[in-house]
Amino acid sequence: MLSFILVILVSFVFTGVVIRTKSIASGRKGPGIMQPMKDIYRLFRKGAVYSETTSIIFQIAPTIYFSSVVMAIMVLPFGHTRGLISFNGDFIFFAYVLALGKFFSIIAALDTGSSFEGMGASREALFSMLVEPAFFILIGSLGILTGYTSFHEIFMTFHFSTYITYAIGVLVTFVLAMICMIENSRMPVDDPKTHLELTMIHEVMILDNSGFDLGLILQTTNLKFAMYGALIANLFMGNLVWYFTIPLFFMFQFLFAITVGILESFSARFRMSHNAQFILVLSSISLLVFFVILMIMNKF
Amino acid sequence: MEFLTIQNNQRVDISSIPVLQYEDFSSFIIDLINDNDNHCVNYYGYQDNNQIKLICCIANDTQHVIYVTSSIVDKNSELNSISKKHLSFEKFEREIHENFGINFIGHPWLKPVRYAFNRADKTKTIANYPFYTIESEELHQVGVGPIHAGVIEPGHFRFICNGEQILHLEIQLGYQHRGIEELFLQKKELIQRATLAENIAGDTVVGHSVAFANAWESLCDYTPSEALQFDRALALEHERIAIHTGDLSAICADIAYQLGNSVLGRLRTPVINYFQQWCGNRLAKSLIRPFKTNFPYNEYLSEKWFEVFDAFLPDFNEICEQIFDLPSALSRLEKTGVVKTEVAAEIGMVGVAARASNFNRDIRFSHPFGYYKNESFNSIMGKNGDVYSRSKIRMDEANQSISFIKEMLKKIPNHEIQEGEIINEPKPNSFVVSLVEGWRGEICHCAITDEKGELKHYKIKDPSFHNWLALALSVRNEGISDFPVCNKSFNLSYCGHDL
Repeated sequence: MLSFILVILVSFVFTGVVIRTKSIASGRKGPGIMQPMKDIYRLFRKGAVYSETTSIIFQIAPTIYFSSVVMAIMVLPFGHTRGLISFNGDFIFFAYVLALGKFFSIIAALDTGSSFEGMGASREALFSMLVEPAFFILIGSLGILTGYTSFHEIFMTFHFSTYITYAIGVLVTFVLAMICMIENSRMPVDDPKTHLELTMIHEVMILDNSGFDLGLILQTTNLKFAMYGALIANLFMGNLVWYFTIPLFFMFQFLFAITVGILESFSARFRMSHNAQFILVLSSISLLVFFVILMIMNKF
Repeated sequence: MEFLTIQNNQRVDISSIPVLQYEDFSSFIIDLINDNDNHCVNYYGYQDNNQIKLICCIANDTQHVIYVTSSIVDKNSELNSISKKHLSFEKFEREIHENFGINFIGHPWLKPVRYAFNRADKTKTIANYPFYTIESEELHQVGVGPIHAGVIEPGHFRFICNGEQILHLEIQLGYQHRGIEELFLQKKELIQRATLAENIAGDTVVGHSVAFANAWESLCDYTPSEALQFDRALALEHERIAIHTGDLSAICADIAYQLGNSVLGRLRTPVINYFQQWCGNRLAKSLIRPFKTNFPYNEYLSEKWFEVFDAFLPDFNEICEQIFDLPSALSRLEKTGVVKTEVAAEIGMVGVAARASNFNRDIRFSHPFGYYKNESFNSIMGKNGDVYSRSKIRMDEANQSISFIKEMLKKIPNHEIQEGEIINEPKPNSFVVSLVEGWRGEICHCAITDEKGELKHYKIKDPSFHNWLALALSVRNEGISDFPVCNKSFNLSYCGHDL
């Protein structure tokens, strides 16, 4: 329950912090931290316009997308406290409930019949598919190391004690952060600021959404950011007491948001054809973690 | 004689241009173009006593002269195409076909260019444009525009793609057609025409208004004073710096490099604002006028210029160094959208894009006018013709223009207005070609007067007219997501093309 509430709280300001960081990095003052939420609130009060060529899929997709992420957040533990849903193998549930939401957002994009949205959908499908092995190898390896298969128990048992665990911690953080960037279609894979339909991935899929639906999709992005941030924070919180973990949690989310902002400010995005390569690199880093863990466990 | 040899801005009698039979005319042009030093600056037709007079101006870059020849043909006649031999004539012939219904046999594809209001065949409309189509089910088509997501002009781009790869791009323009050439004849006041010239393309205000002023003054046998020539060269180079800086900023935006985008965007503003200090308009409208200047240059403006550029240069060079050193930026720019030198020559590219493909087309050097006559000017050349070259050459040209202006400002000519200057009316039955190197490339204005000295025909050619085809060819086999950055690296004008 605690993680659920905290993630939702963080989601309100996460994108705001990212945008503010980018503004400051480019020498501008930038909008207030709450501006993205104000925009979403404005959208929530609007009605949606549906194109005549779309079917019911297009109308229900944003809601399914949103609720899939909310479901995934419920799985997340918080230090000592379990998530709202917690069982053996819940990380598989976590991954596939997210995939369900993504599936619906993809077929909704195809439903519009627009050539842009089809392109965006195919890119999103490809990148999500490539990112999946990275996530499973990573969490699976942690499962082998700790001997458990639910998020709560994995994170409770994972301790930083030796140099090798620090190394694993760094790699896991990097891979999770990058998965987050890919899943949220941010730099270096996608550029959320662009106005060019032909280069977009996620943005182009939601071109036809408006009003309430669009607000829902935007809030889902915020939630996803906070969710992955929470996953990374959990890795380091272990079984500390709550008055340490809560400030630590906020600190991690804040640092993560600033890192995202800085990353997006000082580099150009990848060429589309390099994205697949880059995502495969994440899988190979996960494999590296996997082999290191096998070596620690003397399982060779 | 098969042709008349003239210089840039030289007025000649229209009757002194030889009139050839079309067969001789076309074979003569084909012979001339076979020489790599020659290129066609303008080829157009106009109605003359119920017949069509075709005029072709071919510039020789090494001899610094322009060969002019002409032919008279009937409307709706069938002629052998020159494009069959030289692809660079493709668009000129399409334009003549569209306006007068002349059929060019052997032309690759006689499609309308811009849907002029007085076109020959009114059944051809923008709605039934004959696109290149595909049968294969494995390929897909993507149509972009004419309404775009950003604040850009209307134009339709149709891609035929194999997945993410572009196989073919077709660019359909004409949405911006305003009938500017016709307006030049309808508006009789000089100030109206000067204002029209400023509005041919909003980003090349100085370029087009200098071309018009030169053409008009030549028609009147007026030699602009040293001060006027100084002002025009200064404005042209300053415009080049401003637009090149803005383009670099936009290229950074397209590759999502935020630092480059915002720094260069900030740097562009004071450069553009300098025009406001000079003439009260950021785009330099009303700065260039035939016979006179309303805003004489002075020491105060010169001081201001140095103030602006003392602040501009260090930042500009630092950020450019950053961009061209940044691995993620280089991976987007290098080997993207390549136009090879041979292709550039074949399709007759001009201007900054041609020079980036290592193909020298620079009017400042090859057909100098006014102030440029006294200066030795070395064009900067790119190597590979990719987006990187087109970006790098913008940085180098901006730097070159800055040092050029610095040299200029060492000696500001006397701007006092001379009393009792006689300004003639345009001479009757005259023809003049005015070539100007705008920031984008070669601008060509051709004017013809009738027996009363009234403007009879006015022809405008913006560099975009040549270069749109280069963009379409450069993106072949590229990823479709690289199209925007290719497009931006050319930064072509829609309204300059559509007129």
